[in-house]
Amino acid sequence: MLNKLTLKQAIDKLGNKEVKLEDIWLDVLNSIKDKNSKFNIYLNINEKYQDQLNKPLKGLPIAVKDNFCTKDLITTASSLLLKDFKPQFESTVTQKLKDAGGEIVGKTNMDAWAHGSSTETSQFGRTLNPRNSEHLPGGSSGGSAAAVAADMCIAALGTETAGSVRQPAAWCGVVGLKPTYGRTSRYGIAAMASSTDSPSPITKTVEDAAILLNHIAGHDPLNATSSTKEVPDFTENLGKSIKDLKIGVIYHDLKGLEDAWALFAPQLDIFTKLGASVEYAQAMDPKHAVGVYTVVQRSEVSSNLARFDDVRYQHGRDTFGDEAKRRIMLGTHTLSKGYADQYYNMSQQVRTMMIKDYEKLFETYDVLVSLTSPGFAKKIGATEGEAMFGELEDMLLEVSSLGGFPGASVPCYHDKKTNLYLGMNIMAPMWREDLVIQVADAFEKNTHWNSWRNND
Amino acid sequence: MTDSNKNYQLICGLEVHAELKTKSKMFCGCKNDPFHAPEPNIYTCPTCLGMPGGLPVPNKKAIEWTIKLGLALNCKINLFSKFDRKHYFYPDLPKGYQISQYDIPFCYDGYMDTSEGRVGITRIHLEEDTGKLLHKTIDGKKVSLVDFNRGGVPLVEVVTEPDIKTATQAAEYGRKLRDIIRYLDIGNCEMQQGGMRLEANISLSENGDLPNYKVEVKNINSFKYMEQAIAYEIKRQTTLLKDGKTPAQETRGWDLNKQSSFSQRTKESAEDYRYFPDPDIPPLQFTKEQVEKWKKELPALPEQVINDWKTKFSIEEKYSKLLINNSQTTALLKSIFTTALENEIEPNNIAKEIINKNIKFNNNLKPQEVITAYQQLHQTDDLDSNVLAQTIEQILAANPDAVTKYKAGKTQVIGFLLGQVAQQLQQKLDMKQVRTKLLKALEN
Amino acid sequence: MKQAVNKQLVKHIAQLANIPISSQEEEELAKDFSKTLEVVDKLQKVDTKGVEMTHQVTGLTNITREDEVNEKNMFTQKEALANASRTHDGFFVVERLIDVE
Repeated sequence: MLNKLTLKQAIDKLGNKEVKLEDIWLDVLNSIKDKNSKFNIYLNINEKYQDQLNKPLKGLPIAVKDNFCTKDLITTASSLLLKDFKPQFESTVTQKLKDAGGEIVGKTNMDAWAHGSSTETSQFGRTLNPRNSEHLPGGSSGGSAAAVAADMCIAALGTETAGSVRQPAAWCGVVGLKPTYGRTSRYGIAAMASSTDSPSPITKTVEDAAILLNHIAGHDPLNATSSTKEVPDFTENLGKSIKDLKIGVIYHDLKGLEDAWALFAPQLDIFTKLGASVEYAQAMDPKHAVGVYTVVQRSEVSSNLARFDDVRYQHGRDTFGDEAKRRIMLGTHTLSKGYADQYYNMSQQVRTMMIKDYEKLFETYDVLVSLTSPGFAKKIGATEGEAMFGELEDMLLEVSSLGGFPGASVPCYHDKKTNLYLGMNIMAPMWREDLVIQVADAFEKNTHWNSWRNND
Repeated sequence: MTDSNKNYQLICGLEVHAELKTKSKMFCGCKNDPFHAPEPNIYTCPTCLGMPGGLPVPNKKAIEWTIKLGLALNCKINLFSKFDRKHYFYPDLPKGYQISQYDIPFCYDGYMDTSEGRVGITRIHLEEDTGKLLHKTIDGKKVSLVDFNRGGVPLVEVVTEPDIKTATQAAEYGRKLRDIIRYLDIGNCEMQQGGMRLEANISLSENGDLPNYKVEVKNINSFKYMEQAIAYEIKRQTTLLKDGKTPAQETRGWDLNKQSSFSQRTKESAEDYRYFPDPDIPPLQFTKEQVEKWKKELPALPEQVINDWKTKFSIEEKYSKLLINNSQTTALLKSIFTTALENEIEPNNIAKEIINKNIKFNNNLKPQEVITAYQQLHQTDDLDSNVLAQTIEQILAANPDAVTKYKAGKTQVIGFLLGQVAQQLQQKLDMKQVRTKLLKALEN
Repeated sequence: MKQAVNKQLVKHIAQLANIPISSQEEEELAKDFSKTLEVVDKLQKVDTKGVEMTHQVTGLTNITREDEVNEKNMFTQKEALANASRTHDGFFVVERLIDVE
């Protein structure tokens, strides 16, 4: 069952010639054949690959969210408008992946146009949570998170606008690492909210995420908002002691989180055991983040989707699904004359306030920690009829996304009955993925919640 | 109730779009050469074709050129500026929005002086051009064919205050603006190629106050047509106003066959473009020093050059106007004229010969080459300096009255004396040389 | 400020956004809209006096490119047209619009 290898294990074993690449691919493809029709994780599968043992990622099968333009591989963003779209160019991040020896085993299902937090708005059917098929995988990178959870790939790529990597990672019991905004290039990825979109690794372990991030991060001259900062070796922070680090725990007193918090709170003890200081801290009420995020994201979305029509694409704007229509229309409204001041401009002001709030907290704390999601993965059907499900669900993640701060979700609790997970969200100041990785890795190695590392 | 004695004043503002002749497009590295492209849709990329994930990165040169144009037009420069998205739907606009500038344009508050007064320039901003639509009927169906070669080309927009008072002033402004853009070598402004597009906002005022309506006339592709269009609108609007009616606030096109304007669509209120700062493009920040440096790099503008050349080189204005093309050419010509003076040749004559194409001219010539060419053209017979000196002596001796007159201050008598020398020598002479020698002799 | 989200507004927005919607959709969207705006309107209670807007979090300025042609990134005509629903002699094709010049 070589598909169960982590990225690090696969790289090492291939290096020692303990395993053959073709055997890993065989097991991965077999698991896809077995489970994909049930779980609807992949929209498109690719069985061709090259042996790249001289390259860091050695030709290993990586799952890629279907909003990354992959040359000559159909890219749909889970939308009917793009169902026949074959990009004639490669996104920068997938090119970097390929340059490092990664091979794309398939394009994963998502909320259509990334509009959602459950993968239910996909116009090709929902994805099921591999941990418990009566539940949803989260979204919008639900397919990628599920592919990792089901060992239907060795690692995956997703994108986070506000929660779309960390939340499905939490719901699927895997690791999702959202880097600082600008750390990874957005070129060639169907844009959702341009000012927050962050291509990210979704993986089995924190170490895998650090490895993958090493290869996909970096300045892109084609993306004016990408950072020219040197990309450090993110794996340097693995195994580092967290002694004397200051951890601030936020969102501990929010209504509606009580049940999950009761399970979450004891997990913080490990930090104290490892020598870090843990303090409960007060952040600005995230309920405002919902309003801000809704307006900013929907405004930018309405603008970013304006380019899709049946002049240059095969299908027209009449194929947009309900959620896309809702978001485009609200975004159009919040930017329109007479309303922009009230909505868009004001939201950007509140955004400043929330960012400053986190910055102030980071003056005291090295990292901020909280629950990733208000609860376990929801049951299928539970989100129906909720016009704002996505934004409410991601409330705990929106501020870090709006501010561009890096954060990772790691599994921090497992319910044996349902087989579902809770995730812990670890956030750090801009450009401090090193702290995120350090703390996340310490947690993962010293607890037994990660299903590949310290088996349950 | 009409009042045929009322006089209406033209209140006119112009909006001019000019394509910049950068090598690449405004927000991507595609080739900027739409007019000469051999095929449609060969200069596109994910960014200018509006593909998923296509992202804009601004062209540094286009920004610099826009600011230089602003400085040449006496504008203030916004030290902090940005690009905004302007949303509307049209098949030639691939992203469903145009990247432009909304409230913080690069340049603002400038002016241009014309023979009929000063025209204020409200703003100059930078944006991207749209693709082109071609209308055809295929298989009986009316369609439009879309070519995106032009989509994304840098476009500078110059907007004036409603200061224009006559149709001729409008045409003068337009021509001057075109000349400046060409002179700075930042655009070709070939109107037939769409390199420069004119729009006029026209209304009439009874008492000088800003009227409560505005008619926008679009699709004017020559200065002559613009004059005609404005004249036509003045007539049309006057008739309406005298009848007690207010002309409709609308956009009109110019039909050059019928020599009349026609209504295109009613502009009740401005379209809702839902402007917001483009999140893909970090803002621009300039320093005062940078702007000063750009100001210093500006060449002297055509008008000033014409004056300079008149003063320094005695070159006739009509020649200067024909020669001043762009600042590179001007710099070269200046060296040529200076060198001419050093060789005792009249620069005005060189100018004439260049214009008449008797001397071939291009930007790669060295000044001495031009002088030599001129000298060959005006080869004078070899004149023995002794023979000349002797002849001069003879003439002066034979015309003592003339000499006295000259010494008394009546210098115009030189002409007569020169004529006498020429007559005596009966050959092609370099009159400048002769004159110099004659003057010397007279001083003794 | 509470929004009176009626079908009129929804129709207008759909037009601005170039999204075709049926009259049944108008009704449903109006309801969704109201719900969403209720949440968003809560923002009005926040005191934002003197606060600057954040449009970008990178803090970057002056990111530009040299004026050079990037052949590598350019599409061939074939590539540009590859996903079009209709082409003709190298052009994209669209139905003629009514208010065309």
